[in-house]
Amino acid sequence: MTRNTSLLDRAAEAASVASRYCDEVDRDSRFPTESMQALKDARLMGIMIPRELGGESANLRDIADVCALLGQNCSSTAMVYAMHQIKASSLVSHGADDAWHRAFMACVASEQLLLGSATTEGGGIGGDLGVSNCAIERDGEEFNLRKDASVISYGKQCDAILVTARRAPDAPPSDQVMATVLKSQYTLEQTSTWNTLGMRGTCSDGFILNARAPVEQIFPQPFAEIAARSMLATAHLLWGALWYGIAANAVARAQAYVRADARKKPGVTPIGAVRVAEAANMLQLMRSSINAGIDKFERAQRANEELNSMSFAIDMCNLKIGTSRLLTDIVNQSMMVCGIYGYKNDTPFSLGRHMRDAMSAPLMINNDRIFGNTSNMLLVHRLDQRLVG
Amino acid sequence: MNGTIRNLLEQHGRLPVTVSSLADDQDLYAAGLTSFAAVQLMLGLEEAFDVEFPERMLNRKSFASINAIAACLSEIAPQKAVA
Repeated sequence: MTRNTSLLDRAAEAASVASRYCDEVDRDSRFPTESMQALKDARLMGIMIPRELGGESANLRDIADVCALLGQNCSSTAMVYAMHQIKASSLVSHGADDAWHRAFMACVASEQLLLGSATTEGGGIGGDLGVSNCAIERDGEEFNLRKDASVISYGKQCDAILVTARRAPDAPPSDQVMATVLKSQYTLEQTSTWNTLGMRGTCSDGFILNARAPVEQIFPQPFAEIAARSMLATAHLLWGALWYGIAANAVARAQAYVRADARKKPGVTPIGAVRVAEAANMLQLMRSSINAGIDKFERAQRANEELNSMSFAIDMCNLKIGTSRLLTDIVNQSMMVCGIYGYKNDTPFSLGRHMRDAMSAPLMINNDRIFGNTSNMLLVHRLDQRLVG
Repeated sequence: MNGTIRNLLEQHGRLPVTVSSLADDQDLYAAGLTSFAAVQLMLGLEEAFDVEFPERMLNRKSFASINAIAACLSEIAPQKAVA
């Protein structure tokens, strides 16, 4: 397989812009406008879209690499970019045979559109993506949809939203579809403000979304299939990639701190040196498991049926739980190394932002909810006990 | 066999509709079967038919309809399926 190394080169400028503005984005809890513009300028928004539609047919591995690079510089930029690509993966996987979505993908590539997501809902539904209250209400060739979305990340800034809803007003909560609605087809009424510990630049405010659009903008497949075949896997892999970026930067800071210490006192091993070694060990585990996860995803894509299997779902869930736990442990460890210089907000070794951003990882799709799902599946699924599967 | 499957679906399926209103080939997910309930149903079937679903059947398709479930059971336990 050929790797498109130039994607990383193209992302370098955006990463440097992200690094320049990250403290301001974090402090003011504002959208990372400059770095997202730099990503558009580098034509990195539509890279996953197939070449025949004006994209670059980039694979998930290359996109994960970009997410990791951004994660080293500004977690919010990386998260916005990752979420956009997760939505793009649903378009690519499920819109390829559908005329409207093909035309839309061409538009995403040519206009460098930013895709948003409205999969969570108020009214007791919360983070359970598998059920909806709101429903598609057909009206001739169009549909109406009103969704009380407790979170729409960068809702104000995105150009289109992929929204989930029940198939029809009489459908059960788990019988969901997903539709693409364009900015000109919806209004957003803000219901809450994203004022959080970390990931502050994702601007994940709450909104009531009111949309009216042609029915051809509804994906033909059930949402459960979209979730299983593209969304959950790419989400866990790309989140893992950007979390790796945060962790890698934290370890780099810890390592720089120890190195500076060692230079000052030659012959004396700095107190934090062993912790750096331990953090590097965890970082390697994180990196290996994400790479193994991407391999697994690519194999499952080729085998096709595999994507719907329980074993694949469990693997991806475990990847999310594992990488999010490693991230918080690594940042914690790095903080111990840097001590007061990590704790202060204005040193080259500051880790407060890393720590606050990292705390979101076990919570976005709460690890306890994921454990609940995997524990249910493990009642029937037997784990593969081979080493080389 | 479909009768037993229907009984178990009634017990474990947590469907918002009555199982008798469903046709054998009707999409159970569209009828409200969740992935959680699908696992509970699977456990009920394993107990009732004294079988274990092999790994390759642990996916959405195997439980997409009463007929699909019956086809899986016929494959893994042909002698019990006729009972």
